[in-house]
Order: sequence, then structure tokens, then C-alpha cells
Amino acid sequence: MGFRFYLLAILISLLSTSVLSDLILSKVDRRIDLTSQIVRITTAIKVENTGSEPVSEFLLAFPEHQAKNLAYLTSAANEGKGKVKDSTSSLPIEAVDLNGMPPALSFYSVSLPKGLAKGEILTLDVLAVFTHLLRPFPEKITQADIQLMLFEDSAHYLSPYEVKVQSLSVKLPDARIEFYTKVDNTKIHGSEIKYGPYEDLPSFSYLPIGIHFESNQPFAVASELVREIEISHWGNVMVTEHYKLIHGGAQSKGEFSRLDYQARPNIRGASAFRRLVAKLPPRAHSVYYRDEIGNISTSNLWSDSKKTELVIEPRYPMFGGWRTAFTIGYGLPLQDFMFESEGKRFLNISFGSPINDVVIDNLIVKVVLPEGSTDISVSAPFLLKQRQETKISHLDLVGRPVHVLEKTNVVPEHNQYFQVYYKFNKLSMLREPLMLISGFFFLFVACIVYTHADLTISKSSASYLAKQQWDEVQTAIEQVQNIIHRCLAVHDKLEASLRDLSRTGDVQACKAARKSADVLLKEVSKELKPLLSFLQSSLPAAQIYPKVEELVAKEKELQARLMVKHSTVVDCYEKKSGGRDVEKKVAPQQLKLTALRQEVDDLLDFIDEI
Amino acid sequence: MAGPPEQAPAPGLRYAFGSVLSFFILLLIGVFAFSIRLFSVIKYESVIHEFDPYFNYRVTQFLTKNGIYDFWNWFDDRTWYPLGRVIGGTVYPGLTLTAGTIWWLLNSLNIPLSVETVCVFTAPIFSAFAAWATYLLTKEVKGAGAGLTAAALLAMVPSYISRSVAGSYDNEAVAIFALIFTFYLYIKTLNTGSLFYATLNAIAYFYMVCSWGGYTFIINLIPMHALLCIVTGRYSSRLYVAYAPLVVLGTLLAALVPVVGFNAVMTSEHFASFLVFIIIHVVALVDYIKGSLSPKMFKVAVTLVVSVGLAVCFAVVAVLVALVASSPTMGWSGRSLSLLDPTYASKYIPIIASVSEHQPPTWPSYFMDINVLAFLVPAGIIACFLPLSDASSFVVLYIVTSVYFSGVMVRLMLVLAPAACIMSGIALSEAFDVFTRSIKFQLPGLSGNSEVNAGDGSSSTVVAQNDAAKTDKREDTLKDRPSRKNKKKEKEKEHVEKAPVKSKVKRLLVLPLEASVVALLLIVLLGAFYVVHCVWAAAEAYSAPSIVLTSHSHDGLHVFDDFREAYAWLSHNTDVDDKVASWWDYGYQTTAMANRTVIVDNNTWNNTHIATVGTAMSSPEKAAWEIFNSLDVKYVLVVFGGLVGYPSDDINKFLWMVRIGGGVFPHIKEPDYLRDGQYRIDSQATPTMLNCLMYKLSYYRFVETDGKAFDRVRRTEIGKKYFKLTHFDEVFTTHHWMVRIYKLRPPKNRIRGKTKKPKSKGSSTTSSKRGGTRKKNPWH
Repeated sequence: MGFRFYLLAILISLLSTSVLSDLILSKVDRRIDLTSQIVRITTAIKVENTGSEPVSEFLLAFPEHQAKNLAYLTSAANEGKGKVKDSTSSLPIEAVDLNGMPPALSFYSVSLPKGLAKGEILTLDVLAVFTHLLRPFPEKITQADIQLMLFEDSAHYLSPYEVKVQSLSVKLPDARIEFYTKVDNTKIHGSEIKYGPYEDLPSFSYLPIGIHFESNQPFAVASELVREIEISHWGNVMVTEHYKLIHGGAQSKGEFSRLDYQARPNIRGASAFRRLVAKLPPRAHSVYYRDEIGNISTSNLWSDSKKTELVIEPRYPMFGGWRTAFTIGYGLPLQDFMFESEGKRFLNISFGSPINDVVIDNLIVKVVLPEGSTDISVSAPFLLKQRQETKISHLDLVGRPVHVLEKTNVVPEHNQYFQVYYKFNKLSMLREPLMLISGFFFLFVACIVYTHADLTISKSSASYLAKQQWDEVQTAIEQVQNIIHRCLAVHDKLEASLRDLSRTGDVQACKAARKSADVLLKEVSKELKPLLSFLQSSLPAAQIYPKVEELVAKEKELQARLMVKHSTVVDCYEKKSGGRDVEKKVAPQQLKLTALRQEVDDLLDFIDEI
Repeated sequence: MAGPPEQAPAPGLRYAFGSVLSFFILLLIGVFAFSIRLFSVIKYESVIHEFDPYFNYRVTQFLTKNGIYDFWNWFDDRTWYPLGRVIGGTVYPGLTLTAGTIWWLLNSLNIPLSVETVCVFTAPIFSAFAAWATYLLTKEVKGAGAGLTAAALLAMVPSYISRSVAGSYDNEAVAIFALIFTFYLYIKTLNTGSLFYATLNAIAYFYMVCSWGGYTFIINLIPMHALLCIVTGRYSSRLYVAYAPLVVLGTLLAALVPVVGFNAVMTSEHFASFLVFIIIHVVALVDYIKGSLSPKMFKVAVTLVVSVGLAVCFAVVAVLVALVASSPTMGWSGRSLSLLDPTYASKYIPIIASVSEHQPPTWPSYFMDINVLAFLVPAGIIACFLPLSDASSFVVLYIVTSVYFSGVMVRLMLVLAPAACIMSGIALSEAFDVFTRSIKFQLPGLSGNSEVNAGDGSSSTVVAQNDAAKTDKREDTLKDRPSRKNKKKEKEKEHVEKAPVKSKVKRLLVLPLEASVVALLLIVLLGAFYVVHCVWAAAEAYSAPSIVLTSHSHDGLHVFDDFREAYAWLSHNTDVDDKVASWWDYGYQTTAMANRTVIVDNNTWNNTHIATVGTAMSSPEKAAWEIFNSLDVKYVLVVFGGLVGYPSDDINKFLWMVRIGGGVFPHIKEPDYLRDGQYRIDSQATPTMLNCLMYKLSYYRFVETDGKAFDRVRRTEIGKKYFKLTHFDEVFTTHHWMVRIYKLRPPKNRIRGKTKKPKSKGSSTTSSKRGGTRKKNPWH
């Protein structure tokens, strides 16, 4: 156990430095919580002003190795005995750089609420939260080893003031304690080590202690977390969190045996963690958990009216030094987080990660406001680096304003609400639907225009005119064809009526059919005339006209023959001559009819082909 | 099948109605084709599937990130270490460029979809396009009714679904569309003789060349058809316009694609097209001379030309044959040769034979993949002969050749599927025509006034008329007639009308009423059966992404996500430049998901390199360590299914490793791994088998799981249960043991007497931290 008390030498030489003011700490109770990877030091200080001047500030001192890992520091004035843990009573703290003070110490000054007059006593509760203060020792362990952590601090409260009475208690996880420094008045009680009480110690007294203990708590450290909070005024707040996670404990070395891990996970893999719990706000929906290669199926979600609990397992158990990256996303109802005040809207949402006990080295929160938001301002309970960005998302024209907040060393204590104020006109919401509607509208209009407009470049060019004429001719020819088809249909009907006649012998019906056919055919021939004359006169039709003429002529002939046949048959039936007679009489006609029909069909085909 | 509206009192309106109806039917078919492929997303997740798609995905990512120029010049150093691979010159860029363009278009419209999403949904989108292209093609062949049927069939044919479910981001996804569309444009040109379509055809062919190696099918099928037309005396100027520009433009364009390049003129796959190109010109010349000379002169000319021409031809052919014969493979690529001679691959190229999709299919797989279409195809072929037109002869040729090819390789079932759909579409639509016509004719109420209210929605007007078939035909071609106002389309229509070769069948095809009603019902039933089968196939058989496996057991659904677990581990916990060796199947996934350099991957271009890995896997530990170490490999990844019963693991593929390795390195002999010709890993296995690296890495400490070391895939206890690894360290094993990753021990352990190097055996992360200052490998 080689402890390096590197602060000792410096500090002892500094003990003679002058005391800042006439404050005396009449009682200091420190409690150090080492049960997780985050070190929390709670200090209850009774401050007494022995000088004559009222004092308005109080100094807290931290050694350098603590100060650089200090993530969160708050102090509250405790009036009397009643425990007031109200955040409103927390006192403003700022880092100060004092001349003439040892450089290995960092100082924070607490502004006292109303100045401490002479002889007055004030009780302060100070909470300091540190990350990465526990050092794994040994630094590399195998899968089977337990993870041991080393914690170093002073048994005496390090302060620029004199301390009358003080005590320290260190709370350790329920496990083996490898070693702890024994000084005067050291007591161990279960997993708690007590130092003190010590009395009447001068300022800057320092008594280094070290505690070496087993800790198998998840040392989940997010080296980077990007939270994107996107507000949609259609009623949704979408939160997307990109984690880059690392196991910050002792590095794993040697083999990883799945067999050992599966068979005895608590022994062979005690230092690994396999699951994390994220406490999402109530009514969270559309929760997903994935990484860049797809969904991660090892997750569970419970929800009730108070909270939504998401248990996620990384793809593989996290051993010391192993890394992983994943993304959690969830939607939240807008009305739970969006409020209005003084004509401005504000989003009120928590700052840190919803995952318990994760230390975040670098947290970036991006609040994506709807397009068209103006006058953006942020109010947060602690100092943040801020900047503005623009993000272009679905169908944006100018992009959405993004307010980026950055903070390093974030611990769960930072999970406080912060507010983003902005102005937004509700009508801007309609911008995108309107854009879509008008887009489609113009598309259809363009289609209509395209189909209706004549896009020919020159209207007087020969080819255009020829084409136009040719189109007309084609229309005419098509009509002629239609008419011929109709004629043929009428013919078919007549034939059908003849067949009916042969079956039923109903002459009247047949005659009626004939009559209607006559009418139809007459109409048809009327229609045909103008078309034919047009075709005759039209120049481009010169080539095709003879064929059309032939077609019409053939059809006429066919028609005539059919009529003859029809009347012959009807006559025969009226005269009640035998079926064979009829056939005999009709046979020659029938032959010609089929021949003609064939010709007409061929002609139609021919015209079709042109 | 929307019946074509007939020309009747208000023809314009009816055409409009018909075209609107078919437009909406097509739209629905498109939506259906898209949505039936989403089962994989709904049942699993929106993720890229299988192996090759991961490579395409990675290339697309590169394209979208670095732009087109970097893409063409991309030399990928993360694969085929230490050789690398020139991606831009060895990849068919069609799919990648398509998806990249879609992505770029969406992003420029400020729709920020991820590249992955675009890639996942490319295949379903293109299958909708393919359905529409099928409609166009079949419409050219047999009319709109058949077109709609064929499109509907293609939208859900399981064979095509298997390659185009959402996430299956593979070349075939767009290639099938390109194939059908090229054929459509060819037929369209053939029917119209329009140079416009001929040019489009060449461009479509270019797209096909960009997309898939299967373009050789087109460039052989179309010449075959042209030749068929010439031989059967169907030569026309339309054929010339359809064929000649395609060969000239198409070849020029194809040569622009880097991966094809000069192959477009130099390999035998393209030879047929040039031969037919010459023939068609001779025929065209003869045709021209015939027209300009008197018959007598023509005869003289023929004798003259034939004698000279034959001599020249022989000379040319002789030279060509000599050239072709001088190359050992006759100028054919290995895959093409294995098509022509199905036994070729298994004899000479084990690496082609080792791929399961290059095996010949079994009969059940035909039924699985094209289902009832298999039975409808013959009917469709018959329908194509009634009457035989240029277009229908093309589809007949298409189906015949593709049936042959699908018989050689399972994978080419995909080419068969569209042909089968077209044929079945034609068959179904003709059958419907016949039956509905019969019913119509025999229903007195309908036939009486059929003239007036002819045809609203079904084939009609065919009263007791003899040329029923013919009228029908015309209806079909007329159906698509747009309204009069559209003059542009009018012209098109004029061409369309020319297209169908006149049917001279003047027989009346009327069946008894009852029979046709029953037959109709049966056809509908058949169709329903097909739909049910297709939906089942899409939902159950073809939707698994294969990187995530699921199994149902009595206590619910189990998810096996081991592959991604391993890849994620590699990606986060190894050094960026570490080399990972595995069998080539996992190469693409490792580079894409884990972003680590691999030795071999699924682009099996270097047989020797693969053989080296195969040899290492089949060697004893020490020899394998030396091989891997000489390749600078840090990690070895094996897939092991013995614990959970995952059958396609490395032990089952191991014989191929031995074969491929032994093909190059003769000291690996397959019989050494077989006991009496049998591949076994139990106590009867040969010592060579039990000592090879693959066996050891797969079964390391396996016995401790159940005490007996029972392998659930091979259903036996393994032969050698207790052994230690001397040259490898287990660094990661996934939850179900499906992927095991080993790290090569550093060489210092093997050299006695030398001073110990401090701390070179650290955990993975330490090595990653020290990546920059890594010590030189003493073995180099």
C-alpha cells in the first residue's frame, strides 16, 4: 500500500498563513459517502463570528485533486435546528482566487445571506459532489478479481479557519475493506468508519487518510452525452440522447470468458455492470433504444402515472475499460413541459441524464425550437456554456434555432429543471402543411397545364401543320371505323334475329329487328357523309382515302346483301316454306356475305395499321 | 382485370374512365408491392439484412459522405488486408448511386432521412417500379388486361420478395426493375419502330449494366430474339431500329461503367450481340437491295455477294474463334461458364460452388418461389402463340431461357420470376376473357342490349360474332387510348395500334355457362391461394434479416442478437486499425458494422487470399498463428452454433475452407479431415480435424457448459473435450456463444531466453490507447 501524501509537505508549510477573518468554526460534521462512484461530502458547519466586523462571506477550501473533480457544490444556511433543505435557501457560491493563499488549494466563497454580525452563529450545510475521485487500485484486474478503490482525504477538515470540534464519518459500500488509515480516534462500525472528534485544530490542518475498499458499483461514465430536445408545437417534445459510455473502474485485462461470466456472474464479473436504469418522465412514449447498427433488444419498460422506468442493457456486459455507444429516444407530451408567461413561452425540462448514477464528462444539451422562434433566452440554476446553432429538419426553409448548452462533469445533482424562453407565433405551425399543400397543388396544376397546353415551339411550321391535319384525318378515320363497327354490330343483330327466327319462328320479332336496324343504319349513313367528304378534301388523307372509300363501299354492299338475305328469309318464313328451301335460297347470298365480311375486316385491319 | 371499355356512344369518357381505373389499379399494385415487403421492418426492425447489403450500405455511406468523385476513386484499405480493394472499379454502382441520389434529393428537400433508412426502403420502392414496368411490358405484348394481371402477380411473387424485402439492399432490388424496363423499351421500340424508344432502351440498358452483372442476360437474350425474328422471316425496319442502336449505344455506355469497361467488347458474353449485329446488317442490306433491284438483277447480285461474302465471313469467324479459343476459359467468366455447364463450378471453382445460392434449385423451391405461376406458365406460352407476334415471341424466348438458367442456379430464379409473372398474367387474363365472354354471350339479358350498353368495365360487345377473339384484341389495344385532347399520346396510340399482329382466329370460343362460371370461380380461388401463399412467404419465410435470429419456444420469443453484439464489441473495444480474420462470409458485416479491417470478404475476388484464411483455419494452432501473424491479424472471429443449434456456423462451412485452402496449398488435404469419407467432429473424427484451429476455437471450453460437450447442430458429443489454447486468448464470446472472438497472443510468449517485454499483453483498451506507439512485430 503505497500512499503518496503529496499534499502534506505543501500544506504543513502553509499552516502559518494568516487567518482571513475572525470566523471560527465551532463545530464541523463531515459525512463522506463512498457507496457509489460519485463521492458526496456533506459538511455541517457551525460558523461563529468572533471579530468585530460583520462578515458577509465564508470560504471553503478544497485541495487541488479534489477541486478539479468537483462537479457540484452547494451550501445552504440552516437556521436554527430545523432542517431546511429548500433549494431556495441555497447560497450563491463562486470560485475565488485569493492572493497569499497556498496555490495547491482552491477556494470557493459562499456569500452569507445577511452578513454575520459579531458573536452570531450560523449553521451551513455544504454539499460537495466529486467525480473520478475514487482511484481503482490495482488499476488492472482480471475478470475474476474484485474491484478495489482507493480514496484519499484528510481526517481533519481543511479550512482557512480554526475549527473547534470536528468529526468525520465515511460511509462505504457493504463489502470488504482492504485497508484504512488508522489515526487517533478511529472507529469502524460496520461499513462506516469514524474519525474524530478532534478539537481545537488550527486553520489548514491536514491529516491524510486513505481508504482502500471493494466497490462493485457500476462505474458508468458517459464520456459524452448529447441530449437533443426537439419541441414540436403539434404536441410533442422529442428527446434523443446519444451516449458514449465507458466503464470507468479498474481496467479489465486478460481473457473474457463468457462461460465464467454466465456460470458465476457475481464472482467472475463482479466488477462488470450489465444494466442501467433510466427514469423517464411520466407519460413518455415512443421510447427506443438503439445504436448505430440497429435496435438493441435487451431493454424493458415499465410505466405508471408517476414515472416511466426504462431498464437498458448494453449489448455486452461492461467490464472495466470497455466502451459502448447507444442512443435512447422518447417522446413527451408537450403540455407537461411547455408553459407560458408574460407573452413568452418557456420549456421547463430537466437538464441531466435520466440514467441513475452516471457521471457525464461532457454534456451537450441541444434545445431545438420550432422554426420561427425568436428572443431565445435560457435560465439555468448553474453556469453553462451556451451557443446558438441552426438545424435544418423536415421541410424547413430557414432552419430551426438550436440553443446549445454545454457542461462538463455532470452528476445526478445537476438533474434540475432549466427554462428556455422564446417567442413563437402559432401561425408558423401552419407553414409546413401549407407548403406541402401548395407544393402538391402546383404539381397538379403543372400537370394539368402540361396536358392541356400546346407546347409546340412554332405554330406555323410545316411539320406542325401537317401533324395537326394528320391528327384531324386520324380522328375522322377513327370515326369512320367506329361507324363501320356499329354497322357491323347491326348486321350481327340482324343475323341473330334470323337465328332466333329459325328457332322460334317469330316473324314479327324479326321484322321489328329489321325495322330498328334500318333506322340505325340510316342514321349511320347520315353520319358517315360529312366524314367522307372531309376525308376527300383533306390533303394528307389522299393516300388513305381510296381504302376508306372502298371500305365504305364494301360495307354498303354487305349491308345490301344482308338486307336481301334477311327479306328472303323472312319471306320464306312467312310463306312457311321448308327450312331446306330457305337454306337453298340463302346459300349463295351467304357465301358472298362471308366473303364480303372478310374483305371488310381486312380493310379495317389495313386502315388500323396505317 | 379491368375490362377494357368499348368504343360506344361516348368513347372519350369511357377511355378516360378506363385509364383512370387502370391508373388507380396500378397505384394500388404499387402500394401493395411496397407494403408487402415491410413485414421485415414490422416484425423485426428497420435494419440492413444479410451480407452483401451491408457492403452496399457501407459504399452508400461513403458515397453520401464523400461525394461521387471520391467514390469512383475509392481504394478501400479496410478489406482484403494487405491487398485492399478498388471499390470504384469493382462494384456495380447502380444501386449505390440510386440510393445516394434518393438520399441527396430528400436531403436537399430538407427531409433528413438517414442513409440507412433510404437504403432499407430502396428495394420496396423499386419493386413497385418493377411491377409498373411489368405492366408496361405485358401491355405491349398482350394488352392492358394482361398487363395489370402480370403487374399484380409480380408485385407479390415470393421469389422477388425474397430479394427485395425492406432492408435487403442488394443489386437485384433495382436490377429486376431495370431488366423488365429494358425489355419493355425493347418491345416498345420493336412495336413502334421509334428511335426515341430505342435511345431510351439503350439508357435503360446502361442502368441495368450499372446495377447488376445479370445484364449479360439482356445482351444475350435480345440478340437471340433478333436472330429468331430474322430466321423466321419477321425482319422489319422496326426490328432494325430496336436492335442496332441498342448494341451500339448500349455497348458504348456499358463500357463507361468501370467494372465492365473493355469487357463490353472483349468477353464472350457479349459476342452474340455483335454477331447478330452483323447479321442484321446483312439482312438489312439484302432487304434494301431487293427493293431497289429488279428480281433478275437481284439473283445475280445474290450469287455474287454470297460467294464473296461467305468467304469473308468464314475468314472473320475463323479469326474470332481462334481468338476466343486462345483464352483458357474461352473468354467466359466463371459464373457464366457455370451457367453454360452446370458442373463447371463444382469441378474447378469451389468458391463459386460453396455459395448456397449458386446451387441448383430443388423442385419444392420452385413451388415456394413462384407457386401457382409454375402451372400457369405453359398456358401463358400457349396464349402467346395465339397469335405469335414479335413481342410475344420475345416473352416466350425469355421464359424458356430463364427457366433453364433458374435450373442451374437458385439465385437466377429471380430472373425467372418476372417472366413467369408475365406469362401467368397473360394466361389468367386470356382465361378471364374467354370465360367472361362465354358468360356474357349466354346470359340473355346481357346479350340482348349489348350493343347499346356495350362494355362498362368488362370485355363486352362480343355478341354472337365470329371474330370474337379479334375484337377483343382490338379492345385491349384501344383500352389505353387517352382522351382525344392529348395529341402527343395520340401519336403513340397510332403506333400501338400497329402493334398487335392480327389474329386470324375466327373461331367462336364459347364454353358452356356452368363450366365457365365454375372455371372463373376456380381461377379466383387459384389467385386467392397465390395471394395467401405470397403473404405467408413475405411474412414468415423471407423477412428474417439473418443478423437477428428469433426462435419461438414455449416461454415466448427468443432473440439471438449475437452477431451485432460481437460487432459492437469489436467496434468499441478494439483498436481502429486492428485486423480481424474470419471466414469470408462475415467480411462485409465486419467492415460495415464493426468498422475493422478484414482479411477476406464476400467479394471473393482473390481466391489465394481466401485459401490462406481457409488454410489457417484448417491448420493446427501454431501454424495458424504463424499465418495469421504474418497477415498482421489481431483478432480471429469464429461463428459457432453448437450451443444454441444455429446450423450455418463455421464448423458446417469448414469443409469448404478445407477445399478452398487445399486448392491452393496442397498440404491441406480434404481426406485428412474426413473419417471414411464422412465429416464428423465426434470421437471418431480424425486427429487433423480435432487439432485444427477452427475446431479448437469453436469448442474451446465448450465442455464446461453442460459437462458433456453436446453439439446441438451436429447432434453429437464432440471428440476432443478438454484442451488449452496455446497461441490464442479468448477475448469475447457473445451471449449465446454464436460469435467467439480470439486474440492472437503476442509473439513474446514463444521466444525463450529473450528479455521479457513489459506489458505487451494488456487488455484490449490498453492496446487501443497504445495504438500509436505499437512495437514492431518481430516476425516481420
